[in-house]
Amino acid sequence: MKQDPIESDVSAREPYAVEMTGISKSFGKLKALDKVDLRIRKGSIHALLGENGAGKSTLMKILYGLYTKDEGEIKVRGESVDIRNPKQAIKNGIGMVHQHFMLVQNMTIAENIVLGSELTKSLGRLDHARMNASISEFGKQYGLEVKPEDLIMDVSVATQQRVEILKALFRGVDILILDEPTAVLTPQEIDSLIVTMRRLVEDGKTIILITHKLKEIMASSDYCTVIRRGQLIDTVRVSDVTEKELASMMVGREVKLTTEKKKATPGETVLEIKGLTVKDNRGIPQVRNLSLHVRRGEILAIAGVDGNGQTELIEAVTGLRKAESGEILVNGVDIANGQPIDSHKAGIRTIHEDRQKRGLVLDFEVGENLILESYKDHRFTGRLNCISWKKVNEYACGQIDKFDIRPADCAEQPVKELSGGNQQKVIIARTVEQEPALLLACQPTRGLDVGAIEFVRNALVEQRDSGRAVLLISFELDEVLDIADRINVIFNGSIVADLDPEETNEQAIGLLMAGGGQ
Amino acid sequence: MRKLIVKALKKPFTAVVFALIVGFILGAVALAVGGYDPVRAYNYLFTGVFSSTNRMMQVLVDAVPIIFTGLAVAFAGKTGLFNIGADGQFILGQITGAVIGYYVPMPPVLHPVFILLCAFTIGGVYAGLASWLKNRFGIHEVISTIMLNWIAYYFMIFIVNMKSVKVPGSQHSPEILSSAKINFFSREFRSTEEGMSFVDKYPLLKPFVQTDAGYAIILMIGVSVLLWVILKYTRLGYELRAVGYNRFAAEFAAMPVKRNAILSMFISGGVSATGGALLVMSTSYYITMLGASEGYGWDGIAVALIAGNHPIGCIFAGLLYAGLKFGGLEIQSRMRAPTEIIKIMIGVLVLFIALAPALPRLAERLDRKE
Repeated sequence: MKQDPIESDVSAREPYAVEMTGISKSFGKLKALDKVDLRIRKGSIHALLGENGAGKSTLMKILYGLYTKDEGEIKVRGESVDIRNPKQAIKNGIGMVHQHFMLVQNMTIAENIVLGSELTKSLGRLDHARMNASISEFGKQYGLEVKPEDLIMDVSVATQQRVEILKALFRGVDILILDEPTAVLTPQEIDSLIVTMRRLVEDGKTIILITHKLKEIMASSDYCTVIRRGQLIDTVRVSDVTEKELASMMVGREVKLTTEKKKATPGETVLEIKGLTVKDNRGIPQVRNLSLHVRRGEILAIAGVDGNGQTELIEAVTGLRKAESGEILVNGVDIANGQPIDSHKAGIRTIHEDRQKRGLVLDFEVGENLILESYKDHRFTGRLNCISWKKVNEYACGQIDKFDIRPADCAEQPVKELSGGNQQKVIIARTVEQEPALLLACQPTRGLDVGAIEFVRNALVEQRDSGRAVLLISFELDEVLDIADRINVIFNGSIVADLDPEETNEQAIGLLMAGGGQ
Repeated sequence: MRKLIVKALKKPFTAVVFALIVGFILGAVALAVGGYDPVRAYNYLFTGVFSSTNRMMQVLVDAVPIIFTGLAVAFAGKTGLFNIGADGQFILGQITGAVIGYYVPMPPVLHPVFILLCAFTIGGVYAGLASWLKNRFGIHEVISTIMLNWIAYYFMIFIVNMKSVKVPGSQHSPEILSSAKINFFSREFRSTEEGMSFVDKYPLLKPFVQTDAGYAIILMIGVSVLLWVILKYTRLGYELRAVGYNRFAAEFAAMPVKRNAILSMFISGGVSATGGALLVMSTSYYITMLGASEGYGWDGIAVALIAGNHPIGCIFAGLLYAGLKFGGLEIQSRMRAPTEIIKIMIGVLVLFIALAPALPRLAERLDRKE
């Protein structure tokens, strides 16, 4: 193995912020980590890169005391430590912000941050004024401005994340682990998070970033350690490598970051939306007089920041939400104000953005999930007009093979035991198999790693090539630019631009997404 | 050793056995604290059940109604609904059995069939109402079915109290016609010369003659298997399970979620009411003023819990539950232990068995920690 660049960057007298040596951890038969070494330089942003299930989160959970290691040694600031629970981790100055926030929804921001060390007046009454003032001041100090008196349930996800970071800092943490912090953020919020991280590092904090998003590593980190299947692959200086090199290190083979495709040959219009207005649960119109059309054999991508009406648009098209006015024509038939069954009958199949809520029955086996929309098909009918599980399993094995769903013998395994990427493959296998007239793909690569992203994008292009209309809704601009044949920008519930990807660029679209086109 | 335990706990069956053992140990502690020798008590418990074929048959007879309510709760549970109203539906089934069994004379075989059809429909509609309320007004089925329980409860008292119904000088309705009874052998037959010589001639059939055993047992097994087949093999069952596990995904896959919720409760309520009618037709023969407080529906919740909502599992869970209750009576009468102690013992056991499904996960955690 090459020389760890951190060793040469760090002077001999300065101890590492964290030094983990020979860490191993097994879950039953599965070796999650195999003698992994990790050195973190004080005052740096250090990315931990790996596919889903590679072991990066496990390594950090060991550092944070959520798991105990099988073997290995951990030193913090040069001193050997034995961290058995998060409390001891915090005592050692190590904090962790989880992917799923752990905040009390009906308490204020300040109350959440000070939880456990509240300021009180006489008789133990909470001193809200002083708490709010000190939190406000504390946030400003790190450039993490929050309104201390807001309730958690009323604030955005990005703000909740800030609260989580502040919570850790408030407890005197100076080594901060962020687990997939950008998974829930919009592009702008990601930029702002990176600025925050930089500021914290300037302040002397150390940040460990768990991620599988290459762009963010390039934009934010000093060092990057790559882990694959529980093995340490390499630690590199981010300035020394390219995005592509990192991707191949992570996946273990050459990866194409862009999707290859022929020029589209669009046919007749499949979906036409005319003057659609849709209100959200509070009665506020989120989709406003929106019109668009998708043709056979093309991928239309809707680019936009989350919360500009995409959710309501999808719900109206799939029959989950009523339309105030307007038409949704599929091959000339209006399905607005219908039920999900009408959308289905019209030939629309959807890869929903929330695959665990809408796309899969997690407790069902893979086979059962694969027939979720086609269980009435005569292919799966056995004696007495019942479902023949033998036939379902045979079909499932075929699909698992065809779509490379792993593990290969998972037909009768609950789908919840599969990784996110493989769960998405199950949905794609199911959706594509039904040969829909229109494939509606909402955030189809959300939370997936590079290998799975490549698979999903290729599948969408394949669908286009076999003559289907594909409507892609994505918050990720590079995805839109990568596979779209036509781009519509959505802002404030309306389509504000219809663009040819060949004749536009990220900056132009970004401006339109932010409302700059009006 | 530790690895072995972890491995054993991960299997559902061994988990139940383990839970049973722990339950019995803690039940013993409860008995000991109450001042009763647990070894003797358990001895009575087991001999109470297993010392004769008659006793074992009696446990089976006792188990039938709670297996039915258990099936009702389990079926609804599999489809994501908590039918706490099994008790009310059961009571309506009892009323149906008692009323049609006495007031509508019919030929023997037809009579019970007609009663069962009526009971199933009435119980089904009653439970379906709760689902409809949920679909239409968003009222949670737990709330509505609890309320419906009380309505059924007082309705039974009202019916029994009617001048034209109540048998003068008693607290119950008239006994149903013999055409509506479904025992293998009638109660009268037991004490006749003929009956006694029959038992002497065929000793193996003794428990069938000397208990209230009847066609309800066969029906119970049939319904359990039928419900299992429906859930596992039919499209309807597939839809119901999908809705039960994740109604959002089912809705998105264009399944008729609301219709299925009503259908599921209809079947559940129907099964529970069938149990009630069978109890009247094979054991009680009439309904009483206080009969409504026997809580077969509540026992059914425990049975479904132990069975992990599996229809076939309900048979075994029901037998276990009925066995504990029956054997508990033996402890009570032999050792003069108060009912409360027996109930605590049974409660501890049920609690631990109900925890059994959590054991594999616990084992996983244990495994991970090490």
